[in-house]
Amino acid sequence: MSGLVLRDIRKAFGATPVLRGVDLDVRDGEFLSVVGPSGCGKSTLLRIIAGLEVQDDGSVSIGGRMVDDLRPKRRDVAMVFQSYALYPHMTVFQNLALPLVMRRLHAVERLPVLGRFVGRAGRKRAKIAAEVGAVAKVLELDALLERKPAQLSGGQRQRVAVGRAMVRRPKVFLMDEPLSNLDAKLRVQMRAEIAELHRRLGVTFIYVTHDQTEAMTMSDRVAVMMDGALLQVDHPRQIYADPLDRRVAEFIGSPKINCLPGQVAAGGTVDVAGTSFAVPARLETGADVTIGIRPEALSFTDRVEAGVLTGSIRLTEHMGADVYVHVDVPGLDHPVIARPQLPLRQSLERGQSVHLAPSVGSILLFDDRARRIAAGPADVMAMPSRARQ
Amino acid sequence: MTAVAEPTVPPRRRTRSLPPVEAMAGYGLAAPAFLLIVVILLAPAAGVLVIALSDWQFGATTLNIVGLDNFQALFRDAVFQKSFVNTIAYTAVVVPATVGLGLLVALLIHSAPSLSGFYRTAHFLPVMATLAAMAIAWEALLHPTIGLINQILDALALPTANWLRDEGTVLMTLAVIGVWQNFGLAMVLFIAGLTAIPTELYDAADVDGADGWFERHRLVTLPMLGPVTMFVVIVIALRAFEVFDTVAILTQGGPQNASQVMLYTLYVESFEFLRTGYGAAVTVVFLVIVVSLTLLQARVMDRRVHYT
Repeated sequence: MSGLVLRDIRKAFGATPVLRGVDLDVRDGEFLSVVGPSGCGKSTLLRIIAGLEVQDDGSVSIGGRMVDDLRPKRRDVAMVFQSYALYPHMTVFQNLALPLVMRRLHAVERLPVLGRFVGRAGRKRAKIAAEVGAVAKVLELDALLERKPAQLSGGQRQRVAVGRAMVRRPKVFLMDEPLSNLDAKLRVQMRAEIAELHRRLGVTFIYVTHDQTEAMTMSDRVAVMMDGALLQVDHPRQIYADPLDRRVAEFIGSPKINCLPGQVAAGGTVDVAGTSFAVPARLETGADVTIGIRPEALSFTDRVEAGVLTGSIRLTEHMGADVYVHVDVPGLDHPVIARPQLPLRQSLERGQSVHLAPSVGSILLFDDRARRIAAGPADVMAMPSRARQ
Repeated sequence: MTAVAEPTVPPRRRTRSLPPVEAMAGYGLAAPAFLLIVVILLAPAAGVLVIALSDWQFGATTLNIVGLDNFQALFRDAVFQKSFVNTIAYTAVVVPATVGLGLLVALLIHSAPSLSGFYRTAHFLPVMATLAAMAIAWEALLHPTIGLINQILDALALPTANWLRDEGTVLMTLAVIGVWQNFGLAMVLFIAGLTAIPTELYDAADVDGADGWFERHRLVTLPMLGPVTMFVVIVIALRAFEVFDTVAILTQGGPQNASQVMLYTLYVESFEFLRTGYGAAVTVVFLVIVVSLTLLQARVMDRRVHYT
């Protein structure tokens, strides 16, 4: 059964298009991250799924049911907000219980004192309290139930927000940058907790973030979004190794992939900064292409031959486990970043002249419209299939 | 936390005395402000207190200290009792009505952005208008025979009244004018408070199932406006306590002291009957109430951050 299906979702704010026809199929129980730079429309997409925003065109269905005309509370989704959006005047218990109280008790039963004596409010409230208690135990909030949000740390507030979403047992969890207000250390911890929570609950998670690390580490699949369109939806591994678009390649991976502008020469090789690369595709002579090489795919060599970039070291970045070297190559606007092999790391110095060679099969080719050119003995400018879903 | 790891060591007081030149400069710089406070606030207040304990009359060359006689007379005086009760009653009507109306208008303006600037200005105008002039306009509106209000009531076949000359209606009529004058201020403060409410809270309320008009406001708006509301209540209460212009211009405390209020009693005793000592005693009572309200406000403002 399908968890969530989006068909051709379009949205514009005034004259500004925010979403330009988004199609997405999320399996039941899948953890899908939507990642992209700020302003790319990912939060709007999430709000449309939740029903907080109405799309101009297209449809949303959740669990096989069209929900376009349903209000947020009827859609069987829960949302965790970036600011947590806890009700500051309520205790943790009241915050957690609210979604159940609003659903199960009718207006009269919800009245502060009187409500307790109406109908079966007492029994309903007892059941709600039991369910809240169970969720609080899972999230280790049971000692904090009487506190107000102001008395909690950032991580605890985050857990309350997650708990408020959990308590209803929704079909779909929507998370809008839930970790961005936490410090770096806590973020790593909560990342693991949310992934664990997903395993335990087994429901669909849609997780919006601008942080590629979160997307890559937690998700079953990652959807990369830019300028209101999904560029690629794929497994994290695939997104990194086999990006379909230069913007995807540039967005995913840190440090950024090296993108070198080049031109196809008569022999089918690509000329870049005074050297020429053999590429695994047949290309039209004279075409402008971009060669993408990940920093770790560049190795330091002594041989100067075709397909080797020569430059001088501008900067060496020591990251602890890793070392990155920025190399100025004549003819290129930006330094080329490389990760040297382990034995070399201590010997590299600023100003030193080095030669960099990409490892076999590591070159990614993009055409002048940023689209990936498929490797292999394919036709000229052959495209990989775009919909890898 | 390292800060709490050493509770056995008593905190050492930092008694670093300033070098004499710096200390002198500090006092020198603070002196003008201190002098102004003494001359403008403290000395007159002390003076009022002394006069309240005397039998001084305005213009007299001698005075006798009579202790608390003025205060004893004050609390036995039927006019003062009436004006005290009237002031409380006036405040008790004006504060809730002003706060309620201000909140309602603020919610209406906030919910529809079109023309909000116009409505905000229109409703704020009475706050800025000269009340003395506005009182004259109200007098015309409330005129028993040719006033617009009675004419409208007449046309609708509703009972009319001589609003400002009838003991039963005068205080409430003044209260209506007070509400009209003040709710714009409450509205502006509430709009500021509404703007500060994070929209994510409304989104959360939507997802949680509280998506009706009433539920949204009960769950999000009203609690989030709590601190602002406390502030508005006290500000409006202070303004209501200080009602004077409308009474002085429209009713002069009449008929039969039915619209006698504290500030007007104070004025009449001090500057018409020239019983300055007695008037000063009224002032002291008035000051005690206003200062208490102000202190309460300061306390509330300190605790304003009680949610976050």
